[in-house]
Amino acid sequence: MIFYIPQDTTALALGSEAVAWALQTAGIEPIRNGSRGLFWLEPLLEVDTDQGRIAFGPVSAKDIPSVLDALESDPTSHALYQGEVADIPYLKSQQRLTYARAGVGDPVCLDNYQNLNGFKGLANALQMTGQQIVDQVKDSGLRGRGGAAFPAGIKWQTVHDAGESAAADKEPGQKYIVCNADEGDSGTFADRLVMEADPYQLIEGMIIAGLAVGANQGYIYLRSEYPVAHKLLNTAIDGALQANFLGENIQGSGKTFHLEVRLGAGAYICGEETSLLESLEGKRGMVRAKPPLPAIEGLFGMPTVVNNVLTLAAISSILEQGAESYQNFGMGRSRGTLAIQLAGNIKRGGLIELAFGVTLREVVEDYGQGTYSGRPIRAIQVGGPLGAFIPESQWDTPMDYEAFAAIKAMIGHGGIVVFDDTVDMAAQARFAMEFCVVESCGKCTPCRIGSVRGVEVIDRIVANENRDNNLILLHELCDTMEFGSLCAMGGMTPYPVRSALKYFPQDFSLRDAAGAAQGES
Amino acid sequence: MGISQSEQQPISDLVGQYKALPGALLPLLHAIQGELGYVPDSAVPIIAKGLNLSRAEVHGVISFYHDFKTHPVGRHTVQICRAEACQSMGSRQLEAHAKQALGVDYGETTADGAITLEPVYCLGNCACSPSVRINDDIFARVDADRFDQLISELSSEQGGVK
Repeated sequence: MIFYIPQDTTALALGSEAVAWALQTAGIEPIRNGSRGLFWLEPLLEVDTDQGRIAFGPVSAKDIPSVLDALESDPTSHALYQGEVADIPYLKSQQRLTYARAGVGDPVCLDNYQNLNGFKGLANALQMTGQQIVDQVKDSGLRGRGGAAFPAGIKWQTVHDAGESAAADKEPGQKYIVCNADEGDSGTFADRLVMEADPYQLIEGMIIAGLAVGANQGYIYLRSEYPVAHKLLNTAIDGALQANFLGENIQGSGKTFHLEVRLGAGAYICGEETSLLESLEGKRGMVRAKPPLPAIEGLFGMPTVVNNVLTLAAISSILEQGAESYQNFGMGRSRGTLAIQLAGNIKRGGLIELAFGVTLREVVEDYGQGTYSGRPIRAIQVGGPLGAFIPESQWDTPMDYEAFAAIKAMIGHGGIVVFDDTVDMAAQARFAMEFCVVESCGKCTPCRIGSVRGVEVIDRIVANENRDNNLILLHELCDTMEFGSLCAMGGMTPYPVRSALKYFPQDFSLRDAAGAAQGES
Repeated sequence: MGISQSEQQPISDLVGQYKALPGALLPLLHAIQGELGYVPDSAVPIIAKGLNLSRAEVHGVISFYHDFKTHPVGRHTVQICRAEACQSMGSRQLEAHAKQALGVDYGETTADGAITLEPVYCLGNCACSPSVRINDDIFARVDADRFDQLISELSSEQGGVK
């Protein structure tokens, strides 16, 4: 029997290290796999037996003796027995492409990765010209998964072509591949799960991107709040370097690609691509005005592909299985799969990878099984701190970029945060402004000062001070921020504020002293 | 503003080690903070000289990022997630409890120098909120009782005040 116990952040945060220790005490050396993303079952102990790969969860160290006993007799009799891992309905009903390998084995074991079709996409890419790779990405319909959903192939084409004009009279210039791993949105952990459960997939995607556009240097800009991902990524990069998937003359192809992880320093704004580039250059993370686009003048002024972790990870499977197979998932102009992250006050939170088009209600009710607190769901925030709060009347909206845009919401990076009926939406609106105060880079006035004024105006509304006029003022302030800010930080902070005002107006009305104090926090 | 030779040497060494790296400033600041626990004001001119930047530029970067500290911090850093997913599971109450239990506000260090309390905006552990980070370890589903337990484990590990 082979035992698996995950080493990703959430499993560790729930005590998987103690479970591993308990197994070792019993003379068993478990494989430290990645998580499947079924976080409500973590720590999830998996055991490869004659009857298949079965699971127990959530286990704690004190459950280990009884689990070991049950394995000797009848595993199904154990209270924490979950059956065959692959048959757990939460997992079985998903369409896993990016997360197909997550949780299967040791994430930093290169043999494990290759046994599970790893580096086959790279092998194909090494046989192709840069333009052919770019064409594959275009044909797949892949759109950037960081939030803005810009077609990845078009961005790559721009960077690919950026060298062409210069090449005629001088050496082809330096280009860069930058992976945006500054996953700062609350309610999101999809990037983290890729980096912790299948880091080679991201590395492979970045190498392919380098081949496609002619870049020989890549950087992963990782947020410092992810210490586990940092460690695993560095181990994986070392492994890829040893096996000559990185470095000079990759697999004898004559191509070169170097890759380095750079840590952020706790600034949410550095998830914005131009701010990220400034930060990588060693500067304050101040947003740049566009144009010039990073694809033309990016890192150190050179043509740069900046893509999210999920975008680059998807590249490996597109090059492995072909553009068409990816294109076959999804709806409308939203192709492929969406990594939904179900979080907040939810009974069964986790990573749910599905083709675009599933409704929000299906996600929170069928997968999530309602709130953790057992109370009714009142509001759902989709797309991080800059995403709208969605009331029940809109829960049947399919998760597709255009359908969400039509209701003035956004899918963004796919994070879903559920709130029960104890939520104070005026306090949430205030927090949206407060977060913008803390995290604004300060370059443009609507964001830097508008957010400060926003907190004050909401406080006055809640205190019933000159209420009607202050409501008008808040709407006007939201307009100014939305249309006058340089980037999405100030430009989208109004989304949660406006949606809270529109769908939950009662929370902004005069309340007793206790309620107002709660709104203060 | 004085800095002892014993502090200056590691800073100069690290500057020498990092200065050839493209975009060296953030990795260098992380390294200095890793070594000393904070970035002393007196490091600024050494960094500026080594990286051929103005002192204003170096100061501007240090002050921009929440991670970089300009004063010594506690032996342990305890961060409480303030982001929305954790709020939905009661992190506002947890914050209030933590400040009260430790007797400090955000950005402050307990009187015995053991713990610095900080806010953090998302640890990526949002399906099992509320989340707390203590040094490099992250803890899930932390309520007031669990918080007290984690803090008492910290003080017993350290053998109390040094």
